[in-house]
Amino acid sequence: MGHTSKFLKITAMFGFIFLYAPIVSLIIFSFNESKLVTVWGGFSTKWYGALFQDPQILQAAWVSLKIAFLSATIAVVIGTIGSFVLIRFKRFRTKSLLSMMITAPLVMPEVIIGLSLLLLFVAMQNLIGWPGGRGMLTIILAHSTFGAAYAAVVIQSRLVDMDLSIEEAAQDLGARPVRVFFDVTLPVIAPALVSGWLLAFTLSLDDLVIASFVSGPGASTLPMVIFSKVRLGVSPDVNALATIIIGLVSLGIIVAALQINRSKKQGADR
Amino acid sequence: MSAVSKLPGGRFLGRFLEKIGFGGRSLVIAVPVFWLLLFFLIPFLVVAKISLSEAAIARPPYLPLWEWEDGFLNITLNFGNYLFLLDDPLYMSAYIESVKIAAISTFITLLIGYPMAYLIARSSPDNRNILLMLVILPFWTSFLLRVYAWIGFLKGNGIINNLLLKTGIIDEPLIMLQTDFAVYVGIVYTYLPFMILPLFANLVKLDGSYLEASADLGARPITTFFTVTLPLSISGIIAGCMLVFIPAVGEFVIPALLGGPDTLMIGGVLWNEFFSNRDWPIASAVAIVMLVVLVIPIMLLRKAQAAEAEAH
Repeated sequence: MGHTSKFLKITAMFGFIFLYAPIVSLIIFSFNESKLVTVWGGFSTKWYGALFQDPQILQAAWVSLKIAFLSATIAVVIGTIGSFVLIRFKRFRTKSLLSMMITAPLVMPEVIIGLSLLLLFVAMQNLIGWPGGRGMLTIILAHSTFGAAYAAVVIQSRLVDMDLSIEEAAQDLGARPVRVFFDVTLPVIAPALVSGWLLAFTLSLDDLVIASFVSGPGASTLPMVIFSKVRLGVSPDVNALATIIIGLVSLGIIVAALQINRSKKQGADR
Repeated sequence: MSAVSKLPGGRFLGRFLEKIGFGGRSLVIAVPVFWLLLFFLIPFLVVAKISLSEAAIARPPYLPLWEWEDGFLNITLNFGNYLFLLDDPLYMSAYIESVKIAAISTFITLLIGYPMAYLIARSSPDNRNILLMLVILPFWTSFLLRVYAWIGFLKGNGIINNLLLKTGIIDEPLIMLQTDFAVYVGIVYTYLPFMILPLFANLVKLDGSYLEASADLGARPITTFFTVTLPLSISGIIAGCMLVFIPAVGEFVIPALLGGPDTLMIGGVLWNEFFSNRDWPIASAVAIVMLVVLVIPIMLLRKAQAAEAEAH
């Protein structure tokens, strides 16, 4: 057994190095004085300064944040209702259809989702004159849809694990189903809603392909701007931007994880 | 006490809807069903429809499928786009190439992911959470930027070449960026968490007593692995592999940033048909054929996921 576990540890170690080396190098070279991204020329924070003076990047970052915030919120609402219906409602006609539709966006290639949504928006525009051109609104609608799929995965697993007896107790005490949901179920699954929201938020912030399809002139998201910059080669200010994004995301995740851990421990103590 | 339930009018609205025969239950079900029908399922029908229409220089750039002419409904189904895909070898080779690249990268991802998932599943609960966190964390950080990071690693004067040149292992820089090799690295790298997580979820449920029984009966670890562990984790393996394979077939960003001019993947072909050639009907036909290619993998995934859910 000794050989096996040593082999496992070494492979796993290489696996983790493989996962993290690019991210670490990205961060290190964001503090590089030299314009050559991969040759060290001394410590400097000048690329961060350059970043905050680039109106195109700032504008795109603002657009992306707004889109991510709104679409994550819609995604959690739809994901929560969808999960609740699928897990708690015994049988209804559209159950298997709903279960298929809510998981399928997870594996569908992005180019297909992007193209199909764009064609839908164009067709709707011709038919009923809505959504009134392409831009932020169409990106939000698209991101909410695939964000809901991811949020639903997180929320469903929490609903499955949840102790049913508290919901039943509330019902026995005469609470109406809506009241049970808002007063009992929702607070219990709240940590899952938070992680679902964060997941949908970061996915929206990160999406290039779908946004490129459904966006219109004037609504360039951050990934779209990064992609057009990166296509021309590596540039140190993209490294600086990456470091900021990675830093913020890691911070958010760690805070959320600690929070969830603490509420779990409190739950266990009670 | 939640604040939402105290919203004024909430109870009144509920009673009103129940009275008009639209009970709360079906209304609640209708919200996600309607949303996903509109923004997920119907779009595919639109794609199918446009794949059958003719391209035109117009806004939108295709001709309508049906028209009223002298009181008759005139439907023109045009299979020309599909015939065109068959006719031009570019598309066929792009499909084959995409499936090949996706399959090979999936296999490599499995080879790297399995030992990692196994180790995580077998570690103590405390370590397990930390290791899982380490697997998930990169998944949360920008996918685009992680692919970008590999440009710095793989390019001519990049980190790997600099390291190898300095240590004297090679005399001249290796050409890695803008090759299929770089595309493999990119896919394996970005999809590794998708492989590890379902494998972990499966392996963590594996009953250790089976392994002990096998060892007690004199099987060597390697035999136990192939006769006990591997067969028991097969649905986890299928789920992980399909979660990597399906999106990899349609991958656009990785070949666009890391691949070379010879790298021909169908996601990029679709992208170019749409953005450069502005040929929406051909792009739609490409998408429909891609969906057909992916039907079996998607069914495999659903089956594996159902098996995993059963085992819970």
